[in-house]
Amino acid sequence: MKLWITTAAALVLATAATAQNDCAAGKTLSDGTLTIATGNPAYYPWVMNDAPESGEGYEAAVAYALAAEMGFSADQVTWTRTSFDQAIQPGAKDFDLNLQQFSITEDREKMVDFSEPYYASAMAVLTTKKVVEAGATATPDSLKSLIWGADANTTAVPMLGELIQPEKDPLLYGDNADVTAALQAGQIDAALFDLPTALYLSAVVVDGGTLLGQFPAARTENPDEFGILMEEGSALKPCVDAALTALKDSGKLAEIEATWLEEATAVPVIK
Amino acid sequence: MTTPTRRQAFEARQRRRATRIAAASTGAVILALITVIPLAPGWAAVKRSFFNAEVFAKTFPGLAQAFLMDVAIFLWCAPLIAALGLIVALMRDIRSPALYPLRLVAILYTDVFRGLPVILVIYLIGFGIPGLGLPRPWNSPYLWGSLALILVYAAYVAEVIRSGIESIHQSQRAAALSLGLSQTDTMRFVILPQALRRVVPANMNLFVALQKDVALLSFIGPVEIFRQAGVYKSLMANFTPYVGAAIIFLAITIPATRYADHLMNKQRKARS
Repeated sequence: MKLWITTAAALVLATAATAQNDCAAGKTLSDGTLTIATGNPAYYPWVMNDAPESGEGYEAAVAYALAAEMGFSADQVTWTRTSFDQAIQPGAKDFDLNLQQFSITEDREKMVDFSEPYYASAMAVLTTKKVVEAGATATPDSLKSLIWGADANTTAVPMLGELIQPEKDPLLYGDNADVTAALQAGQIDAALFDLPTALYLSAVVVDGGTLLGQFPAARTENPDEFGILMEEGSALKPCVDAALTALKDSGKLAEIEATWLEEATAVPVIK
Repeated sequence: MTTPTRRQAFEARQRRRATRIAAASTGAVILALITVIPLAPGWAAVKRSFFNAEVFAKTFPGLAQAFLMDVAIFLWCAPLIAALGLIVALMRDIRSPALYPLRLVAILYTDVFRGLPVILVIYLIGFGIPGLGLPRPWNSPYLWGSLALILVYAAYVAEVIRSGIESIHQSQRAAALSLGLSQTDTMRFVILPQALRRVVPANMNLFVALQKDVALLSFIGPVEIFRQAGVYKSLMANFTPYVGAAIIFLAITIPATRYADHLMNKQRKARS
């Protein structure tokens, strides 16, 4: 009997170990599962219907592809939710990986670890048809004269200063919903978002919403790149980076992007 | 000056001894905290996240600058709150049956605005009213956010003033009326001067609270110190800017609370 138990235990351990590639084994929060965090709620088109378990939406799909590359099957992935502040607070984290459009910045790198970028985002100007009718155009001068808003927790805030240099101080809000409420109330003329989010907001959330233009992702200085956030000094980082590189090389990442992120060629480029 | 009596000398010794003991025990507690807290396993991480000297130095000037916005909002709200609070308190004291509707309005007003969380009122008024389609500059978040603060705090102030008015004994009203003063003059020259003086400490407390709640306006757009700290926090993934903001708030609110305490003590002594 005892022998039987030992054999069974050894077998379970062995399968758990071989289920992941050697890199990630034993480095996750709980052995044999990969705990991934997303936002609460998670937004379209990053996660569809706020249900990351479905694997639908760009980040959900990337998460499952990444897990597979690291040797975790789909049912070895568990999801959790964190806010931005929870993701950066000191102390033990309750996730292995956290992906919710975190932009990689030098200052943030000092406090937490980021993977290689999994998406480079263009920044887009969300506004309303009313503002466009009143004469706003996608030229630097016209943009400067608008009243700007942004989500205070995003890198859109410093980018406003770098890319547009508005004449009036921008108004900042706690989340997307508040930014759109202010846009709707006419308190701000325009807001800066990453392009996929801006496309979604203009099509679904904002009445008469439209995109005035985009700053392409490939602009030379300070591109906005999303990375997967991990605890500072995370042992998983090399595995995640290797898996991401593999996904990029095999074209899988581009495929996921084509599936979930809309073509945005119709949005004019601001020079 | 005469030489102290034996009793006075004894009391002075007792006081000195008490001071020495208090100083020693305070010192021991501080020392214990300084040595014990860093022993916690997560201290290094907490220190890097919350007490990061480099981040503090980088963000403090920006925070101080943003705090001016808080001060400005406070300065234009405070007098309006005092005025509206007084008006509502007087409306609640109306005794003429014909003017009962006014009294009813005042009662409803204080009930509603004292019963709602400040942040809710700020959201509803700050986004709701401009959403009706008001043109600029009448849809400014500064305008409607301030109005929300004024409405909520005036309700509190009104209740405080009303408690002051009711604390003046009924016989004073009767005496004033029998001297031939009108209802209005009784209120103006007899009741209010005493009532307002009595509620100064309570109102001071409210204004200390207001100084902190000004930060809630950041939810509808204005970039004051709390929002600015949030921006720094987000960009640096570090909570130190919040500590900086807390220090700036305390630099204002602690002296204000001490002053309110001082007033209250003075009043208690005057009464006893």
